[in-house]
Amino acid sequence: MKGSEVRVENADKKFGDFHALKNVSLTIGKGEFFSLLGPSGCGKTTLLRIIAGFEGLSSGAVYLDGKDVLPLPPNERHVNTVFQNYALFPHLSVFENIAFPLRLKKMDKAAIQEKVTQYLQLVHLVGQENKKPNQLSGGQKQRVAIARALINEPSVLLLDEPLSALDAKLRHQLLLDLDLIHDQIGITFIYVTHDQSEALSVSDRIAVMSEGRVLQIGTPFEIYEAPADSFVAKFIGETNILDGRITAHEGNLYTIDTDGVGPIQVTSDREFAVGARVRHAIRPEKIDITKEKPAGLPDDFTILHGKVAESIYSGFQSQFYVETVGSLQFKVYQQHESYIERGPAIRWTDEVYINWDADDGYIVELI
Amino acid sequence: MKSRSGTLYSLPLTVWISLFFLVPMAIVLLYSFLARETGGGVRWVFDLGAYAEIFKQTADGRFIYLDIVWYTLLMAVGATLLTILIALPCAYYIARAKNNTLLLFLVIIPFWVNFMIRIYAWVAILGQSGILNESLLALGILKDPIQFLFNDTAVLVVLVYTNLPFAILPLFTTIEKFDFGLLEAARDLGASHTRSLWSVLLPNIRGGIITAVLFTFIPIFGTFAVPDVMGNSNVFMLGQLITSKLKFTGDYPMASSLSVLILILSGVGLVVYTLYNNNQAKQRHVVIEEDTL
Repeated sequence: MKGSEVRVENADKKFGDFHALKNVSLTIGKGEFFSLLGPSGCGKTTLLRIIAGFEGLSSGAVYLDGKDVLPLPPNERHVNTVFQNYALFPHLSVFENIAFPLRLKKMDKAAIQEKVTQYLQLVHLVGQENKKPNQLSGGQKQRVAIARALINEPSVLLLDEPLSALDAKLRHQLLLDLDLIHDQIGITFIYVTHDQSEALSVSDRIAVMSEGRVLQIGTPFEIYEAPADSFVAKFIGETNILDGRITAHEGNLYTIDTDGVGPIQVTSDREFAVGARVRHAIRPEKIDITKEKPAGLPDDFTILHGKVAESIYSGFQSQFYVETVGSLQFKVYQQHESYIERGPAIRWTDEVYINWDADDGYIVELI
Repeated sequence: MKSRSGTLYSLPLTVWISLFFLVPMAIVLLYSFLARETGGGVRWVFDLGAYAEIFKQTADGRFIYLDIVWYTLLMAVGATLLTILIALPCAYYIARAKNNTLLLFLVIIPFWVNFMIRIYAWVAILGQSGILNESLLALGILKDPIQFLFNDTAVLVVLVYTNLPFAILPLFTTIEKFDFGLLEAARDLGASHTRSLWSVLLPNIRGGIITAVLFTFIPIFGTFAVPDVMGNSNVFMLGQLITSKLKFTGDYPMASSLSVLILILSGVGLVVYTLYNNNQAKQRHVVIEEDTL
């Protein structure tokens, strides 16, 4: 593996009164595509800048392959960055921007020509090398920034919200390109984003951050299916939260007396005591919606009666906000293939039934 | 069709520029081609004598006036270089400082005091019994006062002092617009701190540096008061020479031809600057192409 292992230990960072990082520890494996995900101000960019060498730490340590890199200035770390605003040098052509790190190393002309051409090919920019950055579109600028950051053959590439300035379609395309480049060169990628769908789609693992803390580290699947707390559950995708008290416990099947909708059943691998107050979450796409009361469902299904308060058609699916007893509102996503099979469409103000399997619910945390 | 009201609105400016700029320039140009009247003034005959005079040599082959032009050029280049070298870090610091309004205010404050008074203040600082000598004597560093005044160094120091704001202000405005993130990018890509300033900051503030050079070089090249007060009375700079031609010998054509020479030398600088600016503007006007994915 060409990539480096990045280990952050008990990183603490204060800017005056602002506590940007609170005792953050994480280990990023060699060659991993690792995302730092969180809302703005959560400390993810600060952590990236500390790894790059632009900021120091108030306390804690950062290791690259076991070597403490905090004393090293940015130019002596084997780490390169793709900046959010691209940070291309406006006075240099595309070629010279990409060649900049090589010129610093005083590499000979023929070698520079060859290597820059190779990286122009990698980011599909052959033919654009004589243009100045202000003659490029956003997507092209980002490709130049990526090529320039990669040409030093760093062992870790840091990406600071590299796609946030681009439109949705281009973002998706570049994300796939980034994933391909990662597969091709195999170095460690640390990707900072506030966009959960970006993080979920390309990351090997994700660290979800909020207010300077790491709340959960896991694969996209783990983060989505088993969020560590209600912040993660709400930040990653959509979810319906039900709070309640555990009233019974049989194997891994729990019964929760929820506030508003009464007893529901849920399975959990973790141990919770009877009497404990817990937060239960159910994802909108795991809830089924019907006009008729469903018959013949197993006992551990939850069935609720309600009324469609809002219905949003969005092409590949429909979203419903269903108001149930206890004036709770459930968000329900329904794919359209089953929509036709079910006969009459569900409309706004319709009386409906929603149901879900105990296996699809999830006990997030004690409250 | 061109708007007539536009011409009307620009009338005051046209009158102003004609009256106080173009007409005096025309007079200077005209006088430089006339003959000298003994006892001052001009005789109305076409005469290139005033220009020929510039190239006059002494019996031992020294150029009387060209040597002064050369000396003035050296002093002006030296003073401009020093000014820019001091102004660059000042402007950089002000641009990056949080309280830059206050700092800019401090740069401008000296303008509240009359130019001549500020020059004579330097006499009070550098003179035989000036602040500097008295302090050094009191500290025991010197036994006898040093003559700091009336030499090239004193002229350079005061030229730099008087022109510093004219270099700091244009440099500040360009550095303020500079994206300091580019310096981080350069550091990230392997450049040392000094190298990032040299390879990334300087090329991107070139316009500001050129403006600062022009704003300082042109006034210094024609300066009169500073070398007159601070300098060695045996050597002249061009401004002093022109003044003496007007005041003492009444040689209007010669004073005019020397002024035209300053105009030409400064003009060359302006032309280069304009060409450079146009070139930059052209590069900025290229249409941004659609992304080709």
